Amino acid sequence: MSKLGKVSDTLSQSLDEDILLQEPMSMWKRTLKRLWSRRSGKIGLLLIGFIFLIAFAAPVIAPYDPHEVLIGKEEVKLKKRESPCIHLLGCDTAKPQHLMGIDGNYRDQFSRIIYGSRISLSIGFSTVSFAVIGGVLLGALAAYFGGWTDNIIMRMMDVILGFPSLLLAIAIVAVLGPGIRNALFAIAIVTLPAYARLTRASVITVKELDFVKASIALGASPTRLLLFRILPNSLTPVVVLATLGIATAILDAAGLSFLGLGAQPPMPEWGTMLGSERNQVFSAPHLVFFPGIAIMITVLAFNLFGDGLRDALDPRLNN
Amino acid sequence: MIDQITKLEVKNLTTCFRSENKDVTAVDNISFSLKKEETLCIVGESGCGKSVSALSIMGLLPPAGYVKSGEVNFKNKNLLSITSNEFEKIRGNQISMIFQDPGSSLNPVMRIGEQVSEIFRIHLNLSKKEGLEKAFDMLKQVEIPDPESRMLAYPHELSGGMAQRIMIAIALACNPDILIADEPTTALDVTIQSQILNLMSQMQTKTETAIILITHDLGVVAEMADNVLVMYCGQIVEYGDVNTVFNSPIHPYTKALMKSIPIIGEKTKRLDAIPGRVPSLDMLPLGCRFEKRCSEKNSQIELECQNNIPPIFDINQKHGSRCWLEKKTE
Repeated sequence: MSKLGKVSDTLSQSLDEDILLQEPMSMWKRTLKRLWSRRSGKIGLLLIGFIFLIAFAAPVIAPYDPHEVLIGKEEVKLKKRESPCIHLLGCDTAKPQHLMGIDGNYRDQFSRIIYGSRISLSIGFSTVSFAVIGGVLLGALAAYFGGWTDNIIMRMMDVILGFPSLLLAIAIVAVLGPGIRNALFAIAIVTLPAYARLTRASVITVKELDFVKASIALGASPTRLLLFRILPNSLTPVVVLATLGIATAILDAAGLSFLGLGAQPPMPEWGTMLGSERNQVFSAPHLVFFPGIAIMITVLAFNLFGDGLRDALDPRLNN
Repeated sequence: MIDQITKLEVKNLTTCFRSENKDVTAVDNISFSLKKEETLCIVGESGCGKSVSALSIMGLLPPAGYVKSGEVNFKNKNLLSITSNEFEKIRGNQISMIFQDPGSSLNPVMRIGEQVSEIFRIHLNLSKKEGLEKAFDMLKQVEIPDPESRMLAYPHELSGGMAQRIMIAIALACNPDILIADEPTTALDVTIQSQILNLMSQMQTKTETAIILITHDLGVVAEMADNVLVMYCGQIVEYGDVNTVFNSPIHPYTKALMKSIPIIGEKTKRLDAIPGRVPSLDMLPLGCRFEKRCSEKNSQIELECQNNIPPIFDINQKHGSRCWLEKKTE
């Protein structure tokens, strides 16, 4: 304390704590505002909000349990793969309503689609967070230390990038065994190098900037430099890539599930649903159509959102 | 070794840079000492090794640079031989540094209040709230108008002068013994320059900090310095207290520098320029590095000038010059 000494004491009295401890808000607010001012960002944001709402409120929205087999549980005898029955559109009100029809195992397709949004969203976010955390960490270390560390890490990333991504994911799942968890892991591994490269590139730029040197001159330790100086200033492109990455992850996971390598039946995963009914595309098109549409809307939502975010975070496109 | 009053002692510091063919000596055998509350100005043109000497003292040389020999003694320690952990505790706490471009010296994604308070949290282990309070005090002391709202501002919302005030606040936050200012006013316009210089000397009397001020602006030197080091091609060519060096410069280079200051309001002929150019650091002449541009060399000592690097001749205890012309006066 004595070091602080007279300098600070002379003037230290009145001071409004509220002002000092106010939490940051303007940067996020500004980004959100810019995102909202663009059509793609607005649509993406609304769609994502909609999908999230469905996922959170799934038990309320869905009329049936997604795993429930409805044979003998309804008054009117159900046909296997019965087409949608919507009362509003003139379906006989005596029959129970099934908005998207019945699937091959006598389950309510609509409920399964609703619950599927939960699975797809968690797949998207968990794979991307795994890939981002791993990729950013590796990329930042490679860039910060340079030399051999850089070489070893980045050459490993190059090896992964050398394979077609879905093929490599299939290979990883083939080794680990099919299942949703292994599929997630495989997709995360496959997408990780992109984040590592991006982070490395921006960390290399940022670490040469003046304020980093100024921080060293003021006694900041390497950990503090990397975590509080360099990383926050180099994450913008990663944020954008991650948003777009969610869409890719959902699509890849659906692809693996379609091939029978990801989510296993009876899990209401859209890709799995699509895969198990793919032969009925002519006799019961609703069983292929609805999961496909669900995947498309979700992927589109994240792509639009990512696009909007990229524009919103780009200082050169300031309007 | 170091008495109470002497804060820093640099002895025979030589810094080199690795280049493709051979190593280039950017700072050649410089020595000086710094007393409590003293302001030492290092002047010289671009590339003469001013900044590199400061970076060597701070241990912040770029990867290609290394200190070849010498000592930097601070509080009974040689800064060149302590570990990087020990150095981190000294930097910002006991020796601080501010840089030329204040705008880019602040972290763009952190609020001013947090950035200033961080130094208290690093070096004094204060809590976040205590740090913010101290930071607020510092902002008041460096005369930031409206400190409440500046605490919440981001660096891009500040002007250059304001940002330099913040840098000074951060640098002096822990009452350092030494402040190294590497051209702190070069990027600012003239009115702001004098404000910042005033602020620095005010803060100096409050905190009793010794300042090493690196500049190429002789006006700044005249205003701030107690003592002056004139550097040329990595060597000290003249040192002395500010009055002596300004009123009776001895080294031909210093004389030429003084002549090249425009005097405002006086109608003069063309300003005097120093003929020729600074020799490249990898092709230095054998003898005196200023010999080719010197206007005072005469046939008597020309051979000496061309073949031997002159040592620093002391005129008196406080004044010295690296010129063969002074040899006969000894």
